[in-house]
Amino acid sequence: MTNEEMQQLEAAIEEITIIARDFGLDFYDMRYEVCPSEIIYTFGAYGMPTRFSHWSFGKAFHRMKMQYDFGLSKIYELVINSDPCYAFLLDGNSLLQNKLIVAHVLGHCDFFKHNNSFANTSRYMVDSMAASADRMRQYEQDHGKLAVEEFIDSVLALQEHIDPTYVGRKKHARRYDSSDEAKQRVDPYEDVFQWTEPKKAEEPKPAPRFPAQPEKDLLLFIMQHAKGLQEWQRDILTIMREEMLYFWPQIETKIMNEGWATYWHLRIMRELDLDEGETIEFARMNAGVIMPSKTSLNPYHVGLKIWEDIEKRWGRERMWEIREYDNDSSFLRNYLTQELVDEMDLYLYGKQGDEWKVAEKDWEKVRDSLCAAKVNGGFPVLLVHDGDYLKNGELYIKHAYDGTELDVKYLEKTIPHVYNLWGRTTHLETVLDNRAVVFTFDGKKSHRRFL
Amino acid sequence: MIHRPSFILSREDWSLHRKGEQDQQRHQEKVREAIKKNLADLVTEESLIMHDGRQIVKVPIRSLDEFRFRYNYNKGQHGGQGDGESKVGDVLGKDPSAKGQQAPGKGEGAGEQPGVDYYEAEVSLQEIESLLFADLELPNLERKEQDEITTTDVRFNDIRKKGLAGNIDKKRTLIEAIRRNSLAGKPGLHNISNDDLRYKTWEEIQTPHSQAVVLAMMDTSGSMGQFEKYIARSFFFWMTRFLRTKYEHVDIQYIAHHTEAKVVTEHEFFTKGESGGTICSSAYNLALDLVNKKYHPDRYNIYPFHFSDGDNLTSDNEKCIKLIKQLMEVSNIFGYGEVNQYNRSSSLMNAFKNIQEEKFKHAIIREKGEVYKALCHFFTAKDSIRAS
Repeated sequence: MTNEEMQQLEAAIEEITIIARDFGLDFYDMRYEVCPSEIIYTFGAYGMPTRFSHWSFGKAFHRMKMQYDFGLSKIYELVINSDPCYAFLLDGNSLLQNKLIVAHVLGHCDFFKHNNSFANTSRYMVDSMAASADRMRQYEQDHGKLAVEEFIDSVLALQEHIDPTYVGRKKHARRYDSSDEAKQRVDPYEDVFQWTEPKKAEEPKPAPRFPAQPEKDLLLFIMQHAKGLQEWQRDILTIMREEMLYFWPQIETKIMNEGWATYWHLRIMRELDLDEGETIEFARMNAGVIMPSKTSLNPYHVGLKIWEDIEKRWGRERMWEIREYDNDSSFLRNYLTQELVDEMDLYLYGKQGDEWKVAEKDWEKVRDSLCAAKVNGGFPVLLVHDGDYLKNGELYIKHAYDGTELDVKYLEKTIPHVYNLWGRTTHLETVLDNRAVVFTFDGKKSHRRFL
Repeated sequence: MIHRPSFILSREDWSLHRKGEQDQQRHQEKVREAIKKNLADLVTEESLIMHDGRQIVKVPIRSLDEFRFRYNYNKGQHGGQGDGESKVGDVLGKDPSAKGQQAPGKGEGAGEQPGVDYYEAEVSLQEIESLLFADLELPNLERKEQDEITTTDVRFNDIRKKGLAGNIDKKRTLIEAIRRNSLAGKPGLHNISNDDLRYKTWEEIQTPHSQAVVLAMMDTSGSMGQFEKYIARSFFFWMTRFLRTKYEHVDIQYIAHHTEAKVVTEHEFFTKGESGGTICSSAYNLALDLVNKKYHPDRYNIYPFHFSDGDNLTSDNEKCIKLIKQLMEVSNIFGYGEVNQYNRSSSLMNAFKNIQEEKFKHAIIREKGEVYKALCHFFTAKDSIRAS
């Protein structure tokens, strides 16, 4: 980009920013950085420019770069939830492309700032991640690259198993205290009935359970209770858990957030004074962004349609509220109507024999299934049921089976990673063909046993 | 209140930012490690054996998947979007992994296909060969009398004080002059004396014009099924490629036999099924015949290999042992591979277990992974007698 082009871009950003503010978008101060494609892909692969090093990011980077080189895909936007908010613009992009990205990114930043899911995310993650990456580099020097890499391999295998709720986020400060936990009520409505039902004779107290309540945050549980971990390993667990907590809101608001940004880039671009060529280029780009896919949901398209429908039904005022309180799961449940399902021709497909076929078009079933797929970010819910199983310090995890089976091949390869972290025999209970089954890995071999 | 746009647009120098590349390199390294560890599986990988001359092959590398607890994609229902006219029952795609017959990397692209998830690394056949052959050696390597030495190339690899003017090494000559001047106390380049002159000299690269022949014998009677033939094919594929690293020219003769033997084409060898009984001596006879007529042991390194499922007419065993001994006299080694999926005791193996000669090597292959073991077993030089 020549200096003259930089000046043009700067003027365009100024104009777009004013339009966006006039629409009522409220965002953090912006930092736009123009960089080459390699760098954009690095950031895309790592999720953050300052994140720690790992081969799996290298693999993602390589794949993205190949697709770019073959012209299969283009990252249009890369924006980071932080204050000030960082956005990266591709050096080779045309002025119009960058205008569209700036408009889109402002929508995201408004969403980051106001959506409730993001309320508890650290806005200084760029710096925290840089500091963490430094510490991890130090650990590599102290304990060997391979040891650190293998540990990260194992944590990555479990990284989605955190508790991103408000309560879950606050839990880190509290250490488990078994005497305290034992007092906690199992039934939250216990006291409601106490005055009608005569108290039975003292029952022998059940042995205190550990953990007292099934624990969803596997990373936290392992961090606090695994016996053999060294300090640096606990630190890495802390780092990666914090990073996952930071990324989580983006996972669970993908449709809303992309739809929101697309809705606004359309409105903003319409305010700009584009010439004929630019208008056509813009239309073409926009069509590419919202192109539907036969085998997945394009969040840009589905999100945009729902937002426009909300505007039609209740006006723009209502949109500001919804962008604050909902996430994908509630967004789809509340606002995906029969008309929208029909208009967008949404369906469910599944495998029959060796073919993938459209299986369901009933709008309520489609909606319910799409909502269900968003529960827990689309990851299976696992709970630690016993951290001292068989009184032998073994770990017993239970999959909260909801009708969808786990991938057994992957499961059998993942349990050893849990074992690596926990240090003792690890069990995982789930359901296959309507039968409860426990997979066990004892450090050498794994086996399964139907209950 | 007036809102001032508050943003900064900047462009830094990113040329030193190499994190992505570094981690990518580490990933590549892991790919190579994984290939090395999985050689046993790769050796019978269909996409390699059946490859159509492409030098880059895709090999599935499961160990570099990023494992996690996830739902079984095949058993769930997923959202998709039609063009406005979709109906229940519309086919979106076929599962390319189903039926197991289609080689990976072929078929429709994975892009719009659901359910393809394992990581495929692109590697060159050469890379796999270099890893595979690193541990293999030719046993009983003999130098044949009529090795013709042929000169194929020259390489400059030495520096001398005398030589042809055209080959003068200017850089080294100047350095020598500067060094001499410095030693004399007047640094700099003043003159070049005869003593400073340096010449490049060369060496001729000589390769022996050597040849080898593989006598690939296989039982094609009815009992040799798809699996048995595939195993034999994988073995001969790698064996031929391996011999080509040691010999300039490797011939391969396919001998198919049931009760009688004949020389066939590669295609017939691996596809044609016959029926009837099995008399192995017929193949050995034909092999000896070929050696006498076409492949004189003075000029050829001879590698007879016989693959069978172990069934043989019992009365024929005695004759087989006699013929094998004759064959061993003229060949470098004699290999016998028995493809025995179900671990039966076989008539042929019973007869062969008494052969004590070092040139006789045998391997029993029960599953695909053991082809690699067999290759390693046949091609280690540990107990070899080296000809002087």
